[in-house]
Amino acid sequence: MRRLLREPLGLFGLSLVLLVILGAVFADLLTQWDPTRINPRDRFLGPSAAHLLGTDQLGRDLFSRVLHGGRIALYVALVSTAISLAIGIVLGLIAGYGPRWLDNLMILLFDAMKSFPTVMLALALVTITGPSLTSVILVVILVNVPGYARIVRTQTIAIKSSEFVTAAQSMGASTARILRVHIMPNVIGPLVILASMDIPVVIAIEAGMSFLGLGVRPPTPSWGSILNDGFGQIRETPWIAIAGGLPIIIITLGFTFLGETLRDVFDPRLKGRG
Amino acid sequence: MLNYAVKRLGLSVAIVSLAMFLLFCMIYLVPGDPASVALGPRATEAMKEAMRVRMGLDQPVWVQFWNFFTGAWTGDLGEEVLSGRPVLDVVLEQLPYTLVLIAGGISWSVALGIPLGCWAAINRGSFADRLVGILSVAVIAVPSFVVAIYALLIFAVTLQWLPAIGAGEPGDVGDQLVHLILPSLAVGLGWVGYIARMVRASMLEVLEASHIRTARAFGLPERLITYRYALTIAILPTITLLGIGIGQMLSSAVFAEIVFARPGVGKLVYDAILTRNFPLVTGAVLVTTVIFVLLNLIADLIVGALDPRVRSSF
Repeated sequence: MRRLLREPLGLFGLSLVLLVILGAVFADLLTQWDPTRINPRDRFLGPSAAHLLGTDQLGRDLFSRVLHGGRIALYVALVSTAISLAIGIVLGLIAGYGPRWLDNLMILLFDAMKSFPTVMLALALVTITGPSLTSVILVVILVNVPGYARIVRTQTIAIKSSEFVTAAQSMGASTARILRVHIMPNVIGPLVILASMDIPVVIAIEAGMSFLGLGVRPPTPSWGSILNDGFGQIRETPWIAIAGGLPIIIITLGFTFLGETLRDVFDPRLKGRG
Repeated sequence: MLNYAVKRLGLSVAIVSLAMFLLFCMIYLVPGDPASVALGPRATEAMKEAMRVRMGLDQPVWVQFWNFFTGAWTGDLGEEVLSGRPVLDVVLEQLPYTLVLIAGGISWSVALGIPLGCWAAINRGSFADRLVGILSVAVIAVPSFVVAIYALLIFAVTLQWLPAIGAGEPGDVGDQLVHLILPSLAVGLGWVGYIARMVRASMLEVLEASHIRTARAFGLPERLITYRYALTIAILPTITLLGIGIGQMLSSAVFAEIVFARPGVGKLVYDAILTRNFPLVTGAVLVTTVIFVLLNLIADLIVGALDPRVRSSF
């Protein structure tokens, strides 16, 4: 942690992330405007002391919408990353510890999952399930799980032939115990670092889907839907598009700088991935 | 090499087959009736029943899957709902626009990424190197649709330097290129970062190699060593990277096509969703998936041809 604070880039990233998190958490204290309240008389206002980022085409305060949009983004990031990690770990352990044919089959499955372009997968899925926050989370899980499972599998295979696992086997430990007590703790460290580096990608998926109208339904504020409002009104005023894009840039840069620094500090072996 | 190529091809066929299976599962296991989705809320029960028969939904699941599977492999992706034209024709009609857009994105990323990465590697540890490093990470992080919107806002709406809408007059190459600049920048900007990092890393590795040391010992000029003997080798890993990259650029292309109102597969699917043109969505997803797998295959084969170690470890 102290080394992280010594890296200027990591510190910068950390402050950007904290800025957004605090903004989302204390949204109700930071602004008196309701993010969904329509006020036709105040449409298309530029930034001012009353409306820090101006207002949109329905007269809603953009600063308030941006802060509340942060809640959606962070919620999706946390929930879907947690679920993807859980599924990825289980599948990866099965593939890595199970019989060879199952391993081969699952690897093929992961590769096939990864061969869909993300947005195309999202478009296809939402056609069936309809736009909602759940659809967004589902897409993120489908995108993330194959990668996580592969990493867990590789690590499991590397560890399963090590001496302490053989020792546990010879003492009659059950498979479940070996996986839980001996293999999982060794697998989880690098995985969590990689997952934290994927958070900006997850936030981008949420914003992108909401931008296309496939994610959060109006009037709920999301950065992507603000950006879409801005796109629709781009000849009227630039401020809505600017307000929608800024938080996405801030959070993705913040998490990426933070993640890069964390990775270099904690696990130099992962350097240069991607 | 032939052995490797056959194995790698087999793997690709298996992946595409499995992707078809997954897509089929997704359509049929997720709640919702494709017939009512296609016809909309006002359809009568009789219309839905007729539609189900036409789409083959009245048959057992395994028959449906077999029809879908054999159809997909022979290029029959069904008919689109509105005009009744074969889905494959409609998708292939739009595909060139998307491929041109992606080619534009690759041009941006190669034209900017390789010099930047090379420059950073030569000046290793300098301020310029750090700057390129931070900029690369930054452009990788920012999503392409934000780049697209901001590019539209700055260069098309505010400054009015470049056109905002469409793909340009058919037949007028200059006009089409002008229309391509902003969308392809949105598609390629992130990859400038990836390529710069990749080239920098492999350049640093190559510059340590013994043949470079020999070249230095011979007293060859530094420029010649860098560009002729180091960079030509250091560029190789970018080929694999681009193979993966094109898949992601397909995703970015969807956004770029929508933001800049360009024709293309992404716009096609997006519009198909709005009109509930279901077979068109599935068909387009399959075609893009096949392209992605195919490009990965080509990238792997090129690298396999150039590097015997890849072949033997497969």
